[in-house]
Amino acid sequence: MIDRTTRLSLARQVRLKLDPRSGKQVLLYPEKGLALNDTAARVAALCGEPRTVGEIVARLVAAADGAVPAARIEQEVLAFLRALEDRGLLVVHAP
Amino acid sequence: MSEKQKEAEAEQEDAPRPYTLIAELTYRCPLSCAYCSNPLELGRHDAELATGDWARVFREAAALGVLQVNLTGGEPLVRGDLEALVAAARASDLYTNLITSGIPADAERLARLVAAGLDSLQLSVQDSDPHGAAWIAGRNDMDAKLATAAATRALGLPLTLNVVLHRGNIARVEDFVALAERLGAARLELANTQYLGWALANREALLPSRAAVEEARRAAAEARARLRGKMEVLFVRPDYHADRPRACMDGWARRYLVVTPDGVALPCHQAGEIAALASSWDNVRDRSLGDIWNEGAGFRAFRGEAWMPAPCRTCDERTTDFGGCRCQAFALLGDAAATDPACALAPRHDLVVAARARAEAAPPAAPLRLRRLRALS
Repeated sequence: MIDRTTRLSLARQVRLKLDPRSGKQVLLYPEKGLALNDTAARVAALCGEPRTVGEIVARLVAAADGAVPAARIEQEVLAFLRALEDRGLLVVHAP
Repeated sequence: MSEKQKEAEAEQEDAPRPYTLIAELTYRCPLSCAYCSNPLELGRHDAELATGDWARVFREAAALGVLQVNLTGGEPLVRGDLEALVAAARASDLYTNLITSGIPADAERLARLVAAGLDSLQLSVQDSDPHGAAWIAGRNDMDAKLATAAATRALGLPLTLNVVLHRGNIARVEDFVALAERLGAARLELANTQYLGWALANREALLPSRAAVEEARRAAAEARARLRGKMEVLFVRPDYHADRPRACMDGWARRYLVVTPDGVALPCHQAGEIAALASSWDNVRDRSLGDIWNEGAGFRAFRGEAWMPAPCRTCDERTTDFGGCRCQAFALLGDAAATDPACALAPRHDLVVAARARAEAAPPAAPLRLRRLRALS
C-alpha cells in the first residue's frame, strides 16, 4: 500500500495528454483513458519522474498557499495514487 | 461551479464523442477463427485503403476527439506499411494499440513498430491446448504467440492477452491466467464470444452452458483479486446468459468509430450487416470522418433514445445499456430497431432462452464453419 514515503512514477505505458475537446488532462493507457481533475492532473504531471508521495504532497500544499488544508490535499493525493496503483499504472522505486 | 454549469458539463460529457477509432486495416488473416467479427461476405469488399488515406483518417479522428486507435483487422501485420501507419497514428497524437494474432513472430519488425511509436500490443490467444486452437482457428500457433509476447515484453511494451471464450476453451480460464502471468501481461481480457456474424453461424457449437460460464467467472474473479495492481483481469459475460443486454459499444455511435479495410465508417464492426441501413453508410474516401460522425444517416439511425421501442423507451436501464445491441436485434429478428432479444424483458427473449437450453445439452453435434476469405484475391 502506498504511503508518504513511497517513491513512485508513472508506468511506461501511461501517457498524460491535454484533451483538446474538454480542456482537461487525460491519462491514456492500453485501450483506456482517465479524465483527471485539477489535483489529479498536477499529481500525474509530478509523477513523470520518480518522487516520494510526501514530496508530491508538499508541492501541492505549497501551491495551494493555505487555500486548502494540507490534510485534505494529502488525502486526495493518496486516493488518486492508490487508484492508479490498482490499475497497475505506477512504478514503485527503491527509496 | 453553478448548478447550471454542472448540468452543462454533464450534458457535454454525455454527448456523442468518439474516444476510440477501430481501424480495421485488412481482412486478410492467417487464422480462420469460427467466431471472427469480420463480415461473413468478405468478397464484396473493395481494395484496402492506402497509407495516405489512413493517415488522413487518423488526423480527422483526432480532430473529432478520438484519443486511442486500435490497429486491427484481420491481421494488421500483413500490411507492409504498418510501420508507416503506426507513425501516422502517433503523428496525430493517438495512443496506438496493435491488436494482433502475433503471426508471424518477428522481433525485429516489432522493434521497428515500437520505434515508430507503438504504445501497446494486444495478443490474441485462441487456446492453451494445441488441439483446441486448431479446432477453432484452423491452426495452432502457440510458439509464434509466445515469441511475440516475449519480444513485446523485451521492448518494454505493455502486453494485453485476449482470449475469446466459448464452449471449447471456457474450462481453461485458469490456464489462461497462468499463461498471462508467465508472459508478464499487464491485462488479460477473457471475453465471451458475441454471437454475431461467424459466431452466430457457429452458435450451436460455441455457446457454453451456464454452469461453465459461472465457473469461468469465478476463476476470473479469483485471479482478479489475487493479481490486483499487477495484472488487470477482465471477464465479459456472454449476454445470452446475462438476462440483460450488454451496453454494446457504450451506445450506438456514442464512443466508438470503426473504419473498415475499404474505408466504410461504421459505429461498430457488425453494423454494415444491417439490411435496412445498407445505403446509409459513407466511405472516408468520399466524406470527412467528422461529417460522417455528425451527419451520417447510419450513425444517426440509432443514436440517443428516439428510436427505442417499448419496453426500452421507459426502462430505467436505458441509460446503462443503451438498449443493447442493434446488430443482435437484426441478426435474430431481421429488425435492428427491435428490443435486443438478450434482454429478459424483450418480446422475443424466447429465442435466446431456446439457444441457452440447447447449450445445456452436451455435446452438440454441430460442426464448425471456419472463417474463410472468398473472392478476395
